[in-house]
Amino acid sequence: MTIISAGAGVIAGTVAVAVFGMVLGLLLLGIDRKFAAHMQARVGPPIRQPFIDVLKLLAKDSVVPENAIKSVFNAAPVIALASAITVLLYIPIGSIAPVFGNYGDIILVMYLLTVPALAMVAGGFASGSPYASVGAQREMVTMIAYEFPLAVVIIAVAWRLSVAGISDPFSLATISGVATGVTIWSVAGPLGIIGCILLLIVLAWVTPAELSRVPCDTPEAETELCGGLVVEYSGRNLAMFYIAGGVKTVAMLALSVAVFLPWNLSWFVAMSPEAGLIADLAFFVLKMVAVLFVSVSLIRVSMARFRINHVVTIYWGYLALIGVLALILIGADAILTGGIFV
Amino acid sequence: MSDNKKNAPYKIPIGPIHPALKEPILFTFKMNGEVIEEVDFSPGKVHRGIEWMGMRRNPVQIVHLTDRICGICGVTHTFAFSRAVEQVAGIRVPERAQYIRTIMAELERIQSHLLWAGVAAHELGFDTLFNLAWRVREESLDVIEYITGNRINYGIIQIGGVRRDIVKEQIPRIEEALSYYEGLVDKMLKLFLHDKTINMRCRGSGILTKKAALELCTVGPTARASGLKFDVRIDSPYGAYGDIDFDMVLPECYLSETNGDVYDRIVVRILEIPQSVSIIRQCLKNMPGEEGDILWEPKMPKLLSACKKAGGEAVGRVEAPRGECIHYVRMKKADAPYMWKVKASTYSNQLAWLEILKGEQIADIPIIVASIDPCMSCTDRVSVIRKNSSEIFTKEQLHRMSVEKTRGLN
Repeated sequence: MTIISAGAGVIAGTVAVAVFGMVLGLLLLGIDRKFAAHMQARVGPPIRQPFIDVLKLLAKDSVVPENAIKSVFNAAPVIALASAITVLLYIPIGSIAPVFGNYGDIILVMYLLTVPALAMVAGGFASGSPYASVGAQREMVTMIAYEFPLAVVIIAVAWRLSVAGISDPFSLATISGVATGVTIWSVAGPLGIIGCILLLIVLAWVTPAELSRVPCDTPEAETELCGGLVVEYSGRNLAMFYIAGGVKTVAMLALSVAVFLPWNLSWFVAMSPEAGLIADLAFFVLKMVAVLFVSVSLIRVSMARFRINHVVTIYWGYLALIGVLALILIGADAILTGGIFV
Repeated sequence: MSDNKKNAPYKIPIGPIHPALKEPILFTFKMNGEVIEEVDFSPGKVHRGIEWMGMRRNPVQIVHLTDRICGICGVTHTFAFSRAVEQVAGIRVPERAQYIRTIMAELERIQSHLLWAGVAAHELGFDTLFNLAWRVREESLDVIEYITGNRINYGIIQIGGVRRDIVKEQIPRIEEALSYYEGLVDKMLKLFLHDKTINMRCRGSGILTKKAALELCTVGPTARASGLKFDVRIDSPYGAYGDIDFDMVLPECYLSETNGDVYDRIVVRILEIPQSVSIIRQCLKNMPGEEGDILWEPKMPKLLSACKKAGGEAVGRVEAPRGECIHYVRMKKADAPYMWKVKASTYSNQLAWLEILKGEQIADIPIIVASIDPCMSCTDRVSVIRKNSSEIFTKEQLHRMSVEKTRGLN
């Protein structure tokens, strides 16, 4: 009986998270467009524009090119969307513990984050267009480039928590403080805080690459490859990629919020549990919008697109160096506070 | 066998319609990974038969056609054509009209360069700069509209002068726009030339050496960015340029060296904006003659009969924003000119593509293609389409056809 009810709870939670992720994802895309428009001295489309786009795409036929590998071509968007939603199941939303909190940790999230990109690569190669092939090659290179700094960020934070004697440090529920109420900022000393700020910068720079936005939108580069990876996609398939992009935005921003901005309103202001839940959720979305503004909208309006070799140099060179420097600082902090020898 | 196939370069077609191209033209790239090995392009996708139409109309009617050759160069083609006809028919343009023509040509240069700057920024994926550049461009279009009544096809130049005068009351509004652009120059230099990502993308890409620029007969900012000192306004002054004090803009004015890369082309175009402002200032200050004396002959029948009586040939040269534009006109004492040939600046510049695209990365194709400021509808004058044949004219055939055509002229 308990197994069945637990299963029902998981299913209900999954459905709720999926709907929440898709709606919030599209909303965030709309907000991002509005931010960018205002910074570019334009009015911009209404915030509901992504919903309109998706509805339009869903109503249209999916055209499959003649020389495409049909099965992979059609499976790619589904896999991308499904894996993006799966990531969300592991990330705490506000003060709500993740649906799969007990089953996986942040390493799994990192793996899952690559799956939508891999699905897009597979779909791009399968579509049989030279533009899509070039886009898929670039997506792979970009992925390899940003994985290392991302791993440095995640592992540094988890390691610092484990040194501080917190059990299960790789679980996202622990990192975000939902389970214990302890965050990286309360654990780290002054040196560690400087290190964490450096890691925050690295994560803010990994976000646009992860989400394929300017300046790292080389795989899609509208003026170069007419959309690159998704050039042959249309109709429902494209709509699914679009929604997957939105969900991925939510996942990536939620990850940033969970790792580095983990505070909840209910920690500071006394309120009833129900009100706390809603207030935390609202605060969480607000934090996500703030991160969206800084690491997506602001970066994308202030830069030209990178060439693919620039992407590699920046992520493997500069950002990896910053990440390693932060690691050293955090390590020194752990030694100074004595945690490492306990 | 399989090894051979693996290493074989693959082909990417860009065009005829592609987001990187603002007008239709077909590029075929032979790629090796991300690097371009070979380039070929085939223009001729927007041929509209304007010359053909022109040779069935009288010169005054052609003036309206020339206005519509290009959407951006509203003055250039009309100016060049009028100059050719005026030389053939021996028409003397009043001084005041020459100054007004010069002012219009320079206002057009400002708006054209700003339009190009926006397009270039968009090609680089820098949409903010694109939006800002086009917003700044509005001011020049507003002034043009204020003077001529039109924003794009100005219709201000007439054979023997201009249609509308710039009176004293209008000058403050024009001065206001000039001050606006003068105040913007520093900002534009900062945005376009000091930006880190633009530097990363543009420095050292699409290099056209001085020698290659000379061999390929490039003109305008493309040639000047490679260090060639070609500017029709200075080499053979027309309009009021002879009376005006200004210097050629070369990359050396801003940088210590000339590389001939995309960055240098941006430098030249951006610095030509303050130059145009100063030219317009001088024109407004020195404008001679009485108000209203702007046409050689206001009565249309007299003008037409003068054109009809004319015989001979002439070339009208004008420095368009993109480079030298030539109109060749031959008249044989008839209503319509016997021969009218337009050579827009892109025609001279487009061969540079073959040189500057080779060895570059696929990511730089849009900005390098855009860096010569191509205008395909100005350029496309021939398209040969025969049913079921992919025949290509050889060099000998083209030469023979050209000789036959030249003989036919006399």
